[in-house]
Formats: sequence, C-alpha cells, structure tokens
Amino acid sequence: MTSAALSAEAEILDALATVTDPELDEPITDLGFVRSVFIDDGGVTVHLRLPTAFCSPNFAYLMASDALDALRALGGNGEIRVLLDDHHDSEKINAGLAADAGYLGTFGDEAEEGLTELRDVFWRKAHAAAMERAIGSLLRQAPMDVERIGRLTLRDLPEGQPKAALLRRRVAIGLGNCPNSRVLVDDEGKAIPLEAVPLRLRFAKSVRISMEGNAHFCRGLLATRYADDEAGGAVPVITNIRTDLDNGDVHGRAILVP
Amino acid sequence: MYRKDGNSYFVVDAHVALWDGRPENQRNIHGKQFIDCFYDYHRNLSPESEVWSYQEYLYQGGQRLIKDLFDDGYVDHAIFQPAQLGEFYYKGFGQTEEAFALTQRHPDKLTYNHNFDPRNGEAGLDRLRDDARRFGLKGVKLYTAEWHGDSRGYKLDEAWSRRYLEECIKLGIKNIHVHKGPTIRPLDRDAFDVADVDKVATDYLELNFVVEHVGLPRLEDFCWIATQESNVYGGLAVAIPFIHTRPRYFAQIIGELLYWIGEDKILFSSDYALWTPKWLIEKFVDFQIPDDMLGEYAPITVDQKRKILGLNAATLYDIDVPAELQLAQPAGQGGAEVAAGAKESVSI
Repeated sequence: MTSAALSAEAEILDALATVTDPELDEPITDLGFVRSVFIDDGGVTVHLRLPTAFCSPNFAYLMASDALDALRALGGNGEIRVLLDDHHDSEKINAGLAADAGYLGTFGDEAEEGLTELRDVFWRKAHAAAMERAIGSLLRQAPMDVERIGRLTLRDLPEGQPKAALLRRRVAIGLGNCPNSRVLVDDEGKAIPLEAVPLRLRFAKSVRISMEGNAHFCRGLLATRYADDEAGGAVPVITNIRTDLDNGDVHGRAILVP
Repeated sequence: MYRKDGNSYFVVDAHVALWDGRPENQRNIHGKQFIDCFYDYHRNLSPESEVWSYQEYLYQGGQRLIKDLFDDGYVDHAIFQPAQLGEFYYKGFGQTEEAFALTQRHPDKLTYNHNFDPRNGEAGLDRLRDDARRFGLKGVKLYTAEWHGDSRGYKLDEAWSRRYLEECIKLGIKNIHVHKGPTIRPLDRDAFDVADVDKVATDYLELNFVVEHVGLPRLEDFCWIATQESNVYGGLAVAIPFIHTRPRYFAQIIGELLYWIGEDKILFSSDYALWTPKWLIEKFVDFQIPDDMLGEYAPITVDQKRKILGLNAATLYDIDVPAELQLAQPAGQGGAEVAAGAKESVSI
C-alpha cells in the first residue's frame, strides 16, 4: 500500500464527508449512506444507499448530486460516477446524474424551479437546532434569565464543537459571524424581542429533537434493511485498483475504512 | 379494555389496516418495495418476541386481525384507515370489501374509513358520495403521496382537494386523517410539510384533521400548526413503537406533544399490521417520563393515558364508552387550550 493510494482513498472519503443529508444535518459518510467506493485508472464510482426505498426522491437526488459535485471538485480522479442503489427512483436519478441533466432534467414535469428553497428550509432548521444546542450547553453550566439569554453574543459562547457547528450553520443561511452578533436570532438573523425569547428557544428545541430523532430512526432502518446481506454495517467497502504511476504496481484489494 | 394497577382504560385503535402485500397482488417492483419498507419498520421497532415472519407480514386476513386486535390486543374499537396504492397493487393495498364485511359483522368493534383521491375529479366526487352512503363514512384516510398516473402526490389546499373536503362536510364525513408521504408535486418542496393542513384546517372548522404519525418526520412543524388550530389532532401511528427501542426518544415525542398540542388532541394507533396493539398498550400504560427528564417534561398522568388510549378518539367517532371508563371531564375537546406553558417556559 503506497501513501499515494492511501491519500486518494482518504481524499475521496473526506470529500464525501462534506455532503450532508439535509433533513438530518449529518454527513452521509456518518449515516452509512455511502455503500461502496471503487477507484481505478478510469475514475471513481460511488454507490449510495438509503434507509428505505421510499426516502424522499428530492433529498435523495440532492445527496447524490452533491456527492458528484464534491468528488469532481477534487480534480484529477478521472470520470466520477455516483449511483443511488435500491431506491424507487434509482433508475431516474442515476440516468439524470449520468447525463448531467440537473434536477429539472432528471425529474421533468415533476420539477418546477429548483431545490434551492428546499435546501434553505432545512439549513434554517439546522441553524435553529445548532443555536439551541449552543445555548443549552451554556444553560447546563449556569442558569440564565430570559434577558441574559436574549442578549448572548457569539463572543459569550465557549470555543468548542457546539459553537463551531453553530458558526457553520450561520454561514449556510447567510449570517455573519461577528463576535458581537446575537446568538438567539430568527431565521433572518434578527434579534428576538425579549418577550418572544422563551418561545423561540423552546421551538428551536423541538426542531433539534425532531432532527435528532429522525437521524436515530434512519440509522436503525438502514441497519435493519442491510443487516442480512452486508456484514460491513455502516462503513463503505473501498476498492482501489488504480495503477500506481510511480512504480507500476497494481493494487487489488478491498479494505474497510471506519 | 385494559386493566393495570387498579386502573381501567377504554382503548380505541385509531389506525388499522387489512392489507394484501402478497406477490400475486404486486403490480410492479414498487409493490414489493413498499411492503418491504413496512417490514423493515416492523423488524426495526418491534420487541424480538413480537416480530413476525415475512410471510405472515404480507397478509393477515380478517380472522387474524380480530384475534390480534380484540382477543389478544385489549382493543375495544378499531378504525380502518385504508391506503389505496393502486399504482403498486392490483387489488389495492387496503382490502376494501374484506374490511367492510368485517365491520358489518362487528359494528360495535370496527369502523370503516375509506379514501378518496382529488385527482379523480368529478367522477371521484360521485364515487365519494356513493362510498359515504354505502360505508356510512365518518372519516376518510388521505395519503398525499399516492401515485396517480404521472402525478406522485398532491396537497390538501389545491382546488380539487378543497372541493372534496367541502363535499365531506355535506356528507357528514368529519374526520380527515392525513398521512403525508415522501412524494408530492412539484418535487421542489418538502413532501412532509404540513402547511397545507394548516390552511385547510383554518378554512374548514367543521372538519377535524388528524395528522397521522404526529407529522413525523416533521414533528416540530406539526406541533406548531396544531397550536394554531383547534381542529388539528395527532395520531400516534409509527411514533408509539419507539417506546420499546428508544424509550427516551419516545419520552421526548410524547413530552413535546403534551406540551404543544395537549392531552385532548393525541390519538393512540398501533398502525396494525405494522405493529400489534397488545405490547404497545402494555408498554404505554407502564410508561413514564424518565426521572432525569422530569425537569423538561411533566410526568404523564393516568387520565392523560386514558384520553390518549381511547377517550379522545371515542369523542371524534361518537363511540359509546361505558360510564365507569369515562372521565369526569369529557375528553377530545377541540377547544382545549394548547401550549399554555410555551409563553413563559425556558427549560432545556
């Protein structure tokens, strides 16, 4: 195994890890949605899978086309193919991806304008959940009154995962990350009037619970669906038979990458 | 009726089916994918002792249904909520004639709800009138992700949907069970969005809208609209089995529901034959919010469980409840205050 081959695999998995399931706000690699990665001299072929054959086709398409974009953006990997397995719209989506037909070309009459708005709806949900997580982790350390919560700024949040996650979601919905920005804001980034602070925070909690619950259920269903025929579980099967250009060595192996 | 620790519960299972998912009824691969998806739900969330074989799961028949619901399952009354799925199954998924015949044999135990599809236009409206008469409909089950020719879904606030809902008012069909699914037209939008339920619930106060699966996977959106409307209810189908595999998640679901929509708007459903009612009822009666979550959610009372398990649905469907199983205050009242605590509470 050469370092060049290793880095190709790692690079591809890292790129796939930037693709999230919009409904769950988690990387498709963590969710077990990447079934296999095949690398050869011609290019890279990735198979995706989902917890049910009836997962929403619009989200399925988004994840598959995002994966395609993320791998193409790496450059130098030859032809990139992404295929969605075992879905009621597999044929339609795979044909659309192969032909670079885009969302409108893939779904024809069933598509109207695009999926930007759909994506935005779920970025806003992800932002609300991240906001509640960040404030919640502060509240668990020390109680705060409503006024204090309403006036919290990004500067007040301790460095760490909850803050980093919130900052990423803020960028996704077009908000700035100035340290003096309020933490608890509406979907447009506006501060919440004092009397509306409890309700905004309480609803953000419901959003978080809903997304977390869905993610648990999706993981469970995926495991059940593929329990019988894929012992590897949630990790992708990676096969790399790319010729090493330095020494002419050919790799033929399948490894599991956690 | 179910008895435990000196308390008695009248049980209405508000969502059951008599389906046929067998290969000979499957019109295409989607028929197999659909029943396989149900079977994965069943295997994933059932206790090991309650898992059926795939063969059993494909079709149960009336005798088995009666045994599972009434002999073994403590259910006093069950309501059929049939899905048509004509694009996937030759004879449809829900077996209309078989189910209706059962309700005629056991009118005290079973209510038959039928379905309609607003994309059937005028002819479908005539059909709805005939069905309302023949079945004596008090409710309908609508699956908005139903495939129909080139269309793979509809919304409740579209013009034709409104015509059908207005016809329901005329025909005395007052309970509209809404089951959201993964497809809709156009695919640009979220198929699980319940904003259309919000709109028609505002416009048709004569109707009760029961959102099945309590809006899952959009629990939060469902809770939000249900606080705005007095005639929106939540069915626990698919949500309640989490009580076994993920009791803490179930505590959050039921905690959120009681907080936002209140004890009068929640209906028990096993979603038979996805799951059987016996273990769900036993576990629900035994269920309590875990100690470490009591700061976030209030404990669930016996009377709240009574309302959820049967009294709320009995009110919606005018089902007679023996006097000793009723509460002092009537259950399932549309006007009950919702989200009373939301204004002042900040609890994490």
